[in-house]
Amino acid sequence: MPKPTAIAQAFWDQKSALWSQGIYTFKEALGGYALGCSLGIFVALLFAAWRPLSSAFMPYAVAANAIPIIAFAPIMNNWFGLLNPFSKMAIAAVLCFFPVMINTLRGLTSVHPSSIELMQSYAAGRVSLFRRVRIPNALPHMFTGLKVATVLSMIGAIVGEYFGGPTEALGVKILNDSSYGNFTDAWAGIVMASLLGIVFYAVVALAERLTTSWHPSARAFHTE
Amino acid sequence: MSAVSIKGVSKQFEAGVTALQGIDLDVEPGEFVSLIGPSGCGKSTLLRIIGDLTKPTAGTVQVNGKPADRARRDHEYGIVFQDAVLYDWRTVSKNISLPLELLHWNRSRRNARIKDMLELVELTGFESHHPWQLSGGMQQRVSIARALSFSPSLLLMDEPFGALDEMTRERLNAELLRIWQETGSTVVFVTHSISEAVFLSTRVVVMSVRPGQIAGLVDVDLEQPRTNATRESPRFFELVTQVREQLAAAGARLGETQEPALVEDQV
Repeated sequence: MPKPTAIAQAFWDQKSALWSQGIYTFKEALGGYALGCSLGIFVALLFAAWRPLSSAFMPYAVAANAIPIIAFAPIMNNWFGLLNPFSKMAIAAVLCFFPVMINTLRGLTSVHPSSIELMQSYAAGRVSLFRRVRIPNALPHMFTGLKVATVLSMIGAIVGEYFGGPTEALGVKILNDSSYGNFTDAWAGIVMASLLGIVFYAVVALAERLTTSWHPSARAFHTE
Repeated sequence: MSAVSIKGVSKQFEAGVTALQGIDLDVEPGEFVSLIGPSGCGKSTLLRIIGDLTKPTAGTVQVNGKPADRARRDHEYGIVFQDAVLYDWRTVSKNISLPLELLHWNRSRRNARIKDMLELVELTGFESHHPWQLSGGMQQRVSIARALSFSPSLLLMDEPFGALDEMTRERLNAELLRIWQETGSTVVFVTHSISEAVFLSTRVVVMSVRPGQIAGLVDVDLEQPRTNATRESPRFFELVTQVREQLAAAGARLGETQEPALVEDQV
């Protein structure tokens, strides 16, 4: 492995190229993230609202989740085109879908029975129950999925690029540098990918803090 | 017109367990009626049937002259559970506001009522706290404020102080009596505690177990307002003894039936 100082030097020398490559790949990751997460949340809402649907499809969902999704990367590239960013987004989206769907569904359905009885006592409808009880209850769980998905979306985009992509992509750069033995440069690319992944995670974690400040995990931050 | 009118109510669970059998009970407006009995006597189930949260297998329930389901949809009652059932993501004010939002009260009307309710349960100053920042007793006061916020004429309470320590329980008993007198509502109160039932109620309904039936009624003629001195009066002890003896008699009958012990009285 190259010396950290050498990696830092390479990173500094190529910072503008790395930045534009990083952003290219990050956009793919973000697109896939948005797609996969919104689909995950939507399906979770659907399953929670209509239990027969959940019992009918959940076994398939779990089975599908056991498939190593990365194995689909070459196929996605083939379907949507190597140079089309959507091929990488599709891989990232599929990777993000499951953790978000499973966690959100758990949050939506793990409501204390007396919470539901209370809403029944007010003759509240299903929409009210979702809006005022199930969805707020699901938020902490959903964010667990959303945070895991940030990392997965970066993995999806970069691994997708390993199977082919435009030269302006970070994954292609890392692959090319490695195959030509420029490991220092490859490491600089990995550092860029990691930095973007960390920032992405931190932004979602911040959003979590802001929206679920009432949750036990955030209670230590209350100074009352 | 009775506040609650129960006629021939029975409840059989799917497992074949008879939770309640042939319950007849009328509660007059302004009464404070306690249901007391051993675990499994169906007192919580009876309360849920009054609130239309579970359906009886036989018999009818009317609340303020309406069938129970109609009464529920018309918001005729407020309910307090053993757990406060407050939503962590809502502040104290917002928790009290929940039923008002569902009734589409506008903001200024809601805020005025929340303020009154906080005063009623003596929690002024805690409006922006979250439930988990409050003690168990305070949480239960928020729950009572929420149940009364929309001025229902009937208050259903399912062992609301069962999880609290004795001192907090006695203080909240006194507070509940004050609230009951200030609001003039009717209360149906489920409890395990004989002294709590006697101290609070105008009438105690003693229930027996397996099947859950009404074993006896005790009219509580203690003077209002009741205070700590009430708890020390000879009449209080006489009434406690009376309830205890009825419970014991009901229990003795249970012993004769030789049925296996089973089930909680929860749904």
